[in-house]
Amino acid sequence: MTVVDEVIRTEALTKDYPGGIRAVDGLDLSVRSGEIFGLLGPNGAGKTTTAGMLTTRVVPTSGSAWVAGIDVVAHPVAAKQVIGVVPQTNTLDRSLSVFENLYFHGRFFGMNARTARAEADRRLEQFRLTDRATQPVAALSGGMAQRLMVARAILHRPATIFLDEPTAGLDPQSRLALWEVLGELHAEGQTILLTTHYMEEADQLCDRLAIIDHGRLLALGSPEELKATTGADTIVTVVARPDALDRLAGVLAGVAGVQQAVRVDEQVVAQVEGADGIVPRVFTAAEAAGIAITDVSVAEPSLETVFINLTGKDLRE
Amino acid sequence: MSTVSPPESPLVPRRSPAAASRVAFAALLLRDAVVLRKTLREFLPRTLLQPFLLVFVFTYVFPKIGQGVGGAGGEAAFSTILVAGVIALAIIFQGIQSVALPMVQEFGYTREIEDRVLAPLPIALVAVEKAVWGALASLFSALLVFPIAAFVPATPVDLQVNWLVLCTLTPLCCYMCGALGLFFGTRFDPRTVPLLFGIVVIPITFLGAIYYPWQALEPIRWLQILVLANPLVYMCEGFRAALTDSPHMSLWVVYPALVGFSALFTWQGIKGFARRVVS
Ligand SMILES: Nc1ncnc2c1ncn2[C@@H]1O[C@H](COP(=O)(O)OP(=O)(O)OP(=O)(O)O)[C@@H](O)[C@H]1O
Ligand SMILES: [Mg+2]
Repeated sequence: MTVVDEVIRTEALTKDYPGGIRAVDGLDLSVRSGEIFGLLGPNGAGKTTTAGMLTTRVVPTSGSAWVAGIDVVAHPVAAKQVIGVVPQTNTLDRSLSVFENLYFHGRFFGMNARTARAEADRRLEQFRLTDRATQPVAALSGGMAQRLMVARAILHRPATIFLDEPTAGLDPQSRLALWEVLGELHAEGQTILLTTHYMEEADQLCDRLAIIDHGRLLALGSPEELKATTGADTIVTVVARPDALDRLAGVLAGVAGVQQAVRVDEQVVAQVEGADGIVPRVFTAAEAAGIAITDVSVAEPSLETVFINLTGKDLRE
Repeated sequence: MSTVSPPESPLVPRRSPAAASRVAFAALLLRDAVVLRKTLREFLPRTLLQPFLLVFVFTYVFPKIGQGVGGAGGEAAFSTILVAGVIALAIIFQGIQSVALPMVQEFGYTREIEDRVLAPLPIALVAVEKAVWGALASLFSALLVFPIAAFVPATPVDLQVNWLVLCTLTPLCCYMCGALGLFFGTRFDPRTVPLLFGIVVIPITFLGAIYYPWQALEPIRWLQILVLANPLVYMCEGFRAALTDSPHMSLWVVYPALVGFSALFTWQGIKGFARRVVS
């Protein structure tokens, strides 16, 4: 019974928006029970659209999607009972207080008044929002609002929750606080699908991730597996005068130990195996070619590297 | 595919879609009622002031200063004619204010409607709930406004209540206005909402048979036919039949027209709602 572990499944899931935009293109995914699964991709990659199809708000053009074994297109009402959603924008009910946002969510999902009140209180406590309970939601900071949305999403104990760019626009401290919250939920066994375009977030939080661009799946695996696919153990980033960068990429590609070197924006990124003495070799080669290097940095391969290998571009905006 | 059990044993029993929808629908109504209770201090003046001024100026001030309105029938007949119009007006205003305006906001900048769209019931029922809520709020304001229309006029209002008509017509009118609010709420956005009042609500109310029975338009035949497209006409005429002995349009026209408009606005409202929340 391998399928028992599977909470989310998509088969050839495709969405065309009017105007001929193919936002999601034949996506096959499988998310296991209890894992944090990341959809990583740049702006417009189709992350929100994919999450939208899984949560009944976007109707697929073709293909299928199941959550907890329920076909979301054929049985949206049944599916909605087993999902919790934190959308990309703040959708808290501004006519209600912090407590009431949770309380009524519980009521929508069939809790009686007493249970809804108890669950709302418990979640406020868990997410450190108890002292805000009676305030209007407009009085919350961005980080608190985001925590409240997570609390709301899990209130009815869904089989899986969907978080769309949960930390976009949060300050570093709030981001850490939210990561902590998600870590706790993960420890409780909650299945989580989150979309992000932060490499670091994907790397830190996700058990497995799918890298997507233009609606297509480019790579799938744990952050470690994905990083291992680069075959490099070191990434050397070199900065020089912009007009010399293309030539520099060619020069570095010929340096011993460099597997490949590509220009990415205003720098050249070289993937290296066997890093001993690489920095002097880079300087020597550049000097021989008459290119003045202004900065060199050395790092371990990251998801950024994986992404550059897959798409030839940088994920940062 | 076999079904997967969620991580924690779920607190909420997974219900059949029909049962889940019923419960969620009731909870949505409860949410709207709580919001109304919280905003009662705005709701009351908003609901009462306009009808009060209308009745006060036309049926108290005018007769007192000797500037009678009401033509051949006289001032007493005019208060009697106006009572139906004032109640119909209160209902239609409430339908728009309690459904269309919040909805425009929730669709607009905030998208806060999304959480209710994700509640376990079909999208169409989320829309219908809004219309039903509008009906309840309209009924509430009709009850508040009735004493004003009946007791403020300086000249006595001659009420002849037909209870059967009143008890069937009132819910029908209230629902139609809730559905009208739903329909408008899905067709306007924060940028265009001033137009809703400027070019939709004002003509509907001015040409809605509030101040005169529809039959009195006989001398202006084209106008009499034109206003048949206005749902408020049937409401005013229906209330005239339910509350007074004034001349009114045949109930054989009023009821089917109200049912027809209700169906039309519900259908178009659901369509517009679905278009805005599902892509
Ligand atoms: N309602 C819509 N109508 C038409 N096109 C749309 C709609 N929503 C999204 N798109 C297009 O579909 C593509 C994928 O969009 P989507 O919002 O899924 O991307 P995303 O990965 O979530 O991006 P972001 O990181 O900016 O949130 C984009 O090209 C976008 O312009
Ligand atoms: Mg998005």
